[in-house]
Amino acid sequence: MLKALFEMLSYPFMARALVVGLLVSLCASLLGVSLVLKRYSMIGDGLSHVGFGTLAAATVFNASPLLMAAPVVMAAAFLLLRLSENSQVRGDAGIALISNGSLAVGIMLISLTTGINIDVYNYMFGSILTMSAADVALSAVLASAVLAVFVLFYNKIFAVTFDESFARASGTNAGLYNSLLAVLTAVTIVLGMRMMGALLISSLIIFPAATSMRLCKTFKSVTICSASVSAACFLTGLAASFLFAAPTGASIVVANIAAFFIFCALKAGTRIARRTKQSGA
Amino acid sequence: MVILRCRDASFAYDGNEVLSGLNFEINSGDYLCVVGENGSGKSTLIKGLLRLKPPCAGEVSVSGVAAGEVGYLPQQTAAQKDFPASAREVVLSGRLGARGILAFYTKADKSVCDENMRRLGVYDLRGSCFRELSGGQQRRVLLARALCAAKKLLILDEPAAGLDPAASRELYLIIEKLNRQDKMTIIMVSHDISGALQYSSHILHLNNSRLLYFGKTAGYAGSAAGAGLVGRRPDA
Repeated sequence: MLKALFEMLSYPFMARALVVGLLVSLCASLLGVSLVLKRYSMIGDGLSHVGFGTLAAATVFNASPLLMAAPVVMAAAFLLLRLSENSQVRGDAGIALISNGSLAVGIMLISLTTGINIDVYNYMFGSILTMSAADVALSAVLASAVLAVFVLFYNKIFAVTFDESFARASGTNAGLYNSLLAVLTAVTIVLGMRMMGALLISSLIIFPAATSMRLCKTFKSVTICSASVSAACFLTGLAASFLFAAPTGASIVVANIAAFFIFCALKAGTRIARRTKQSGA
Repeated sequence: MVILRCRDASFAYDGNEVLSGLNFEINSGDYLCVVGENGSGKSTLIKGLLRLKPPCAGEVSVSGVAAGEVGYLPQQTAAQKDFPASAREVVLSGRLGARGILAFYTKADKSVCDENMRRLGVYDLRGSCFRELSGGQQRRVLLARALCAAKKLLILDEPAAGLDPAASRELYLIIEKLNRQDKMTIIMVSHDISGALQYSSHILHLNNSRLLYFGKTAGYAGSAAGAGLVGRRPDA
């Protein structure tokens, strides 16, 4: 088993996937805590579809996928945030409109030129083979920046997540921190999308947070637990995909699903234990 | 000393005035209750006083209290009902207004936080999960958070909503104590008329976007505005 893991890391593309994937998993799980609690889970999903549309456009125009997708997805993040806050179109409907709209446009663009080929398949379901060394460097820098910003603004992010009106009233610029969250989420999604696939990347945001909320009772423990769960699930998923030649993105999501149910079971277990203790006492 | 003054202040959403021509002054140490039916503009007034919403005409001036020094107890949001946070994390976040952009809590912040938790009798609950506290305990935790931000002025938006009579009475007594002993100026939106009459020093009654009554609580029951609400309701 251990030998297989060392063998796995001897492939340069696996080592690259490990570095980028771990960083992206950490970013996504940290941002996820705030997004899930703010009821913004679907924003991640919407953004990844916008990302797919942009990647398709980048393929058609022969542009660098990462450089083209980042600004467009950021712009979409701002738009979705505004939609959720105040708009004629209800937040969830707005997200669905934008997300499906860009998916359709992306598919149209591709079919006009190349037709559905392996590139498109990779964008939708992810592939670890698509990362070049330059991509890894850029991803590592951006992901580290996301992590640093999250740690520096941790207390503000808590305040804005828990109670936006109080934060505003006590002089915190809540709009700024919401935008910050949107930008960080956009960057994370663009970075993780090619490995995880446009259809699966948002699960990296939602699953770890939802999992750790089963058991953890403070914001800090939820944050730490969700980062650990995310990293562990990523490593498990990556190893499983290497050992069983399974698709990477899907393996990681399956690992996350397993973690979610394990936490649910643990929660049920602690409840039953408490109840028996109470009735015994 | 006048702490807050509204001069011909009007507020509007998308060009529709929801409050117009408000004129009143609040002195330091007052306990003001804002009453009125649903949709009469109470929440808008609170937003205006907190300077979250600028008036479309007239002015709201606050003296002696900086923007981060107003303690605010907002209505509870749905998201808070299942929010994983310890009581202490919630109370500490009240100190953020005093911090700059890069907010890390200092020792002083933590001691202010603990002191306010003791003041409201929730210090023993500091490690507990906020969502597992009772309604009354949650409200006291949020009030402790407001006190962490407040120097002189507390603005409370329906603090007793959803509490049982015993818990709301306890909350009113705490607020009264803050007003009497600590000289905290209180502005409270309330649907509970009897509670408002019992504890407040001044009443502000809004009706159909206008100020129907503003003055001392003692004079309210005898006024035309008070007559409709106090004890003479046909359904009462």
